Amino acid sequence: MRHLLGIESMSRDEIERVLETSEAMLEISQREIKRVPTLRGRTVINVFLESSTRTRVSFEIAAKRLSADAINVTRAGSSLSKAETLADMARNLAAMSADVLVVRDSVAGVPHMLAERVRVPVVNAGDGCHEHPTQALLDAFTLRQSLGSLEGRVIAIVGDISHSRVARSDIYCFTKLGAEVRVAAPPTMMPAGIEALGVKPCFSMQEALPGADVVVMLRIQQERLAGALFPSVREYAGTFGLNARTLALAKPDAIVLHPGPINRGVEIASDIADAEPSRILDQVTNGVAVRMAVLYLLTGGAS
Amino acid sequence: MRVRIANARLLDPASGRDEQGSLDVVDGRIASVGNADAADGVPDQVIEANGLWLAPGLVDLHTHLREPGQEYKEDIETGTRAAAAGGYTLVCCMANTDPVNDSPAVTEYIQRRARESASVRVRVIAAATQGLRGEIMSEMAGLAGAGAVAFSDDGSVIMDAAVMRRVLEYARGIGRPVIAHCEDLNLRGSGVVHEGAHASCCGLPSSPGEAETVMVARDLELARLTGAHLHVAHVSAARSVELIRDAKAAGVRVTAEVTPHHLLLTDEAIRGYDTNKKMAPPLRTARDREALRAGLADGTLDCIATDHAPHAHYEKDVEFTAAPFGVVGLETALAAGLELVREDLLSPLALIDRMSTRPARAFGMGGGTLEVGAPADLVLIDPERAFKVEPTGLESRSKNSAFLGRELRGRALRTWVGGRLAFALDEELS
Repeated sequence: MRHLLGIESMSRDEIERVLETSEAMLEISQREIKRVPTLRGRTVINVFLESSTRTRVSFEIAAKRLSADAINVTRAGSSLSKAETLADMARNLAAMSADVLVVRDSVAGVPHMLAERVRVPVVNAGDGCHEHPTQALLDAFTLRQSLGSLEGRVIAIVGDISHSRVARSDIYCFTKLGAEVRVAAPPTMMPAGIEALGVKPCFSMQEALPGADVVVMLRIQQERLAGALFPSVREYAGTFGLNARTLALAKPDAIVLHPGPINRGVEIASDIADAEPSRILDQVTNGVAVRMAVLYLLTGGAS
Repeated sequence: MRVRIANARLLDPASGRDEQGSLDVVDGRIASVGNADAADGVPDQVIEANGLWLAPGLVDLHTHLREPGQEYKEDIETGTRAAAAGGYTLVCCMANTDPVNDSPAVTEYIQRRARESASVRVRVIAAATQGLRGEIMSEMAGLAGAGAVAFSDDGSVIMDAAVMRRVLEYARGIGRPVIAHCEDLNLRGSGVVHEGAHASCCGLPSSPGEAETVMVARDLELARLTGAHLHVAHVSAARSVELIRDAKAAGVRVTAEVTPHHLLLTDEAIRGYDTNKKMAPPLRTARDREALRAGLADGTLDCIATDHAPHAHYEKDVEFTAAPFGVVGLETALAAGLELVREDLLSPLALIDRMSTRPARAFGMGGGTLEVGAPADLVLIDPERAFKVEPTGLESRSKNSAFLGRELRGRALRTWVGGRLAFALDEELS
């Protein structure tokens, strides 16, 4: 693996390898001294050009637990605000002997573009509506903790599929690991040709949830209201929100994931988010381990 | 001075001629065509064509030469050099210059610069509305008097149907076509690629073919209403071809063009986020591409036009959504067209018809013929000449070709404009 740009281009073996390595990394995070010298002297630059707390902090902690130097670059105060192009900024960062660039951007394809222009491994930390591969890997890791294997499991992903990079990465990851994936959204939030990804589009919770082992709820971006993709938050919560009533459609012991940040009372009822079926905080914990594994594998840690 | 191009495959769609023979040029005009005999006089110079194709020079109805105002992308000198290298002897340049070509002064300036620096003939397309704002029509009579051959706001689509109606009506009175870039900008929204599985996988904002077809339908209805000549630019959707076919059958005055990239590529090409695959309208599905090819073959689409749109490397070397729309095309269009000939979609004669004769006629311009007495605007083509599309091989100042890295086959070896040699690929013809 030279870069981690998306799950689409990964083989099942590569996914398994990251998940297995993550097991060992999780163990490090559970020690009293949560640090190993593995990447001492390496420099990880987190280029976060779109706002993010969870993912940026998670990558930063991951790098530090491996003893790498972690530098954060954000859009405000960067040379981009001086009209430097992104490609030039990346070339400059690479010229400072960075060992990994972790890239988050609001535009799809940016990590891809930078990977073509610098000789440094690039990790996609979320690019527009394209992919968020480490989220999918941590989702798969979290599900395997509870379910053992994803083979034959039914997973429903609910929310704004059109604009969700998590949905795309999850779809690739879960299907490659043998799960049956359904996606549920109003038609205004269902991307054209989604069937090509090997999933079943559903237009209601009643269609999507029966028999589901897992329900992945996506964050609904209320600013999408401006795009008139749905009429009101109330109507969305009433039709595609997860609550005790709709969760009852799934299998009795179904697990709930959410990439965060959650909108309580919108896509997920507060009591569900905090209750037993929810693995939302486990996802966050596991995210650090998975990102440690990714940094380790990309810097040649395995060789 | 009599120059004879001997033993060529003469391709003249205007007369239907497709035969081996020779063509004589005297004083910049075609003096004889066919099998030269003693009556035609003794040539001072003989160019042995060895069976290469000799055709009327290609005519492009859709070129962005970028002068005045954006000479860092292209200017009339470099753009027409690219045209000559691509076998073109006449290009029509679009109005979205800086300042916009919405006044006779700018039209005259462009023509003066063309006289000073152009390798091929340049005809001017003027703005349909002032400042390309889609509100108040431009001074079309004055612009036509200064030399404008057609009117268009191109990508600054006239969204107000009432304005479009008046533009068509007024242009009809002046006897000039209106070129429509058919895209409903609201339906397109932030879309930069065609809506479908590839866009969904890439996560790029997209718009459906209907962003084009609803405007094609609107403008065909307005052409029917006004009796004006509507020319539909760069048709990209299958359904648009059907709409145009039906309108032609119903007697609407409509002509249409298709680009080489829409004829050869599909939306699958966006998968690598290559900004040289970003243009408006976007590359669409294989089904759309097949319909465009069929439409070109049956004449529903009258011609191939390049929509040659130069952009500097650094402008394209950015995030996909931030990159400007458009690709260069003058130097690869002929080879692209020849792919259709090799696939038996077009005969060689039909290809020249779609790249020279019909476009010349569509805008009522000279050219597109090997008739005796016509200006010697000629291209000598080696249909088998292979080349790899590389930045260094392009005459255009900008290198943003959708075909970079691709092996193409078929090139102009000589281009003459009014009998004057405008381009030569090799010193000697083999």
